[in-house]
Amino acid sequence: MGKKCVAMLLAGGQGSRLGVLTKNMAKPAVPFGGKYRIIDFPLSNCSNSGIDVVGVLTQYQPLELNSYLGSGMPWDLDRLTGGVFVLPPYIKGKSGTWYKGTANAIYQNLAFIEQYDPEYVLILSGDHIYKMDYSAMIAMHEKKQADCTIAVYSVPWSEASRFGIMNTDEKGDIVEFEEKPAEPKSNNASMGIYVFNWKDLKQYLIEDEANPESSNDFGKNIIPRMLAEGKHMVAYSFEGYWKDVGTIESLWEANMDLLQSPPAFNLYDSSWRIYARNPILPPHYISETAQVTDSMVTEGCTVSGKVDHSILFSGATVEEGAVVENSVIMNGARIQKGARVRRAIVSENAVVGPDSVVGGNGRIAVVGQETVLGEYSVVKPGEQVDAEVLLKRMAKDQEEAK
Amino acid sequence: MKDVFGMIYTSDESDVRLRDLTRSRSIAAMPIGGRYRVIDVLLSNMVHSQITNVGLITQRNYHSLMDHLESGKAWDLNRKRDGLFILPPYVTRGNTGSYSGMLDAIRSNLGYVRRSAQRYALISGSSTVFNMKFDDMMKKHLETGADITILYNVPAENELKGDAERTHLKMDEEGRVVDIEVSPRLHSYPNVSMDVYIMDKALLTYLVEVSAAHYRTDFVRDVLLKQLSELKVYGYRYDGYVSRIESISSYYKLNMDMLNGEIRTPLLYRPNPVYTKVKDEVPARYEASAKAVNSLVADGCIIEGTVENSVLFRGVRVGKGAVVKDCILMQGVEVQDGAQLSNVIADKDAFIKRDRRIVGQESYPVVIEKNAVI
Repeated sequence: MGKKCVAMLLAGGQGSRLGVLTKNMAKPAVPFGGKYRIIDFPLSNCSNSGIDVVGVLTQYQPLELNSYLGSGMPWDLDRLTGGVFVLPPYIKGKSGTWYKGTANAIYQNLAFIEQYDPEYVLILSGDHIYKMDYSAMIAMHEKKQADCTIAVYSVPWSEASRFGIMNTDEKGDIVEFEEKPAEPKSNNASMGIYVFNWKDLKQYLIEDEANPESSNDFGKNIIPRMLAEGKHMVAYSFEGYWKDVGTIESLWEANMDLLQSPPAFNLYDSSWRIYARNPILPPHYISETAQVTDSMVTEGCTVSGKVDHSILFSGATVEEGAVVENSVIMNGARIQKGARVRRAIVSENAVVGPDSVVGGNGRIAVVGQETVLGEYSVVKPGEQVDAEVLLKRMAKDQEEAK
Repeated sequence: MKDVFGMIYTSDESDVRLRDLTRSRSIAAMPIGGRYRVIDVLLSNMVHSQITNVGLITQRNYHSLMDHLESGKAWDLNRKRDGLFILPPYVTRGNTGSYSGMLDAIRSNLGYVRRSAQRYALISGSSTVFNMKFDDMMKKHLETGADITILYNVPAENELKGDAERTHLKMDEEGRVVDIEVSPRLHSYPNVSMDVYIMDKALLTYLVEVSAAHYRTDFVRDVLLKQLSELKVYGYRYDGYVSRIESISSYYKLNMDMLNGEIRTPLLYRPNPVYTKVKDEVPARYEASAKAVNSLVADGCIIEGTVENSVLFRGVRVGKGAVVKDCILMQGVEVQDGAQLSNVIADKDAFIKRDRRIVGQESYPVVIEKNAVI
């Protein structure tokens, strides 16, 4: 049963910065790029890197994620030994807690990793869009005989103080780690991707768990302690596209990046396909009255209106006379006659009623999952609406009418 | 419908009528509607009717079909019990390896028929495209106590031209078939068989064995026609959309018909979605210069030019200033900048270089063969 490497994907975050988009689903399940979800990127990376055991650690709204992952077949991760597993926290005897931190989440799943007796454990986070060959990172880890390898990305200096920064020597060994430094000495930001030797990591996790002072976090506890103990920590520089999609604005931007020509992030690479669970829908239909430019449109869509510089996800509909610009229209959403949607994210199965106006110049407007906007509704730039907000709005209107 | 197994006979007889398009594939493997193949619709019909034991008799050119079907997973037919069985021809003392008719084909695969646990057989040809559940047809088969029930429809008069092989039926008031005409030059009855039959497995086995003993190989000519008075044959009428792929123009028409939502929706996805193998293509990309109207466009396409009234399969590229009108472009076709195509069927990976002009007619679309460079 031995495996060289087991990947553990930290997908636990609630993603509260994504507002109404993550009300009913964990962040990794958020749709992206027309037919994908955020988790498809790390999962496809694993599959393409030859890693065939992936544990997905989640404790928030697991239903959507669970049903999406299923047997792992779409990512070629339905294997005889290994495959993809959703690992929620559970009760052991009388004890049992939620995942207290990233390190604790791995600690609680020691038994899962043990059954594969791996040499290495790859820790991944589930909130970035990128393509990365983890096998190259593991190869470097092996070559340098490192105790821990951390993937780093050169972020703009102006943003470096928002990240965990790795200061390295000329050989690429990490000499210092600073969490969100006010005055960064380097712009090598940690990508939250770590390779550990399993035997060492296991020991660290057990000791960390025993320390009541610890917040059981890789960035705050495990990595600093390994550094302090003089372990051989190596930075693996990643070049290419890497984008955090943890906020509404960045999620929107990352989608728009796909529309650049040539795209800032290339999905067309046939040697590194991004896999997804696809609904079986017919090719999209562009009607007589449609006008589609500078956009991505996928299966099951019906377009009769004007769509410019936007992404339409599976089964989205844009009716005649509707205008969609610079927007992200997610699975099954419907933009009805005469509606205008600009700089907005319209979430799954939402309906934008006839002649409504959503978004405009300014911050991104969001219409939540399954939200039905009636005729002539208005969602201002930067506003987020879902059924709950609409109810409050109605109540307020009634009050004012009185 | 638990007590029914399905058998699909992919024949090669009408394949020749589709010329270049069926050179390397059977009609069952013909791509339709931008992402499907003919067989997808048939298999999905069976799966939606809870038929989970399906034997697929293949003949020549079956590589394309096997490549597409794999384990049957896409149709949920990779099962522990039953599932999809691909039955390719084989050569033994009693088998020549190529069938001279459906009866002959079933005779070669009687082993599969006998092993099937279900009592009734639903036998289907593979060049008729329609989306229906067989439950009501089965119900009628049991109610009438028929020996054989034939699925038929009443095609529009203008669809009845051409030299295709067709079986016309005459029914009495109860729906019992009283006369059959095979490929009449002038037909007397408007009802045309859709090549789908339900019968008892025991009867099927008997008919196949008796026919084999008399060197009879064709089900319609040798069984239905000759034994019509002895067998209780009933018709079951289907009123939905039916397309018979029996010529290049009917293949062209089927694809163009799918541009019509009233045909496309019930035929492909609502209420019974057609399942097919999933390829992980990127969503289609429209560049700033793209102009597309009234078209079906599959994932992986990149459009910079003009596309009108056309069906584009996966990964088609239409360059700047190129104009594609009334065309069917199969997977991977590339139309370079400034090329103009109208009424063209371009097979997989055809390559149309800069500024070329190819013009067909609606009644006679130009066919560009697989991998051709123009």
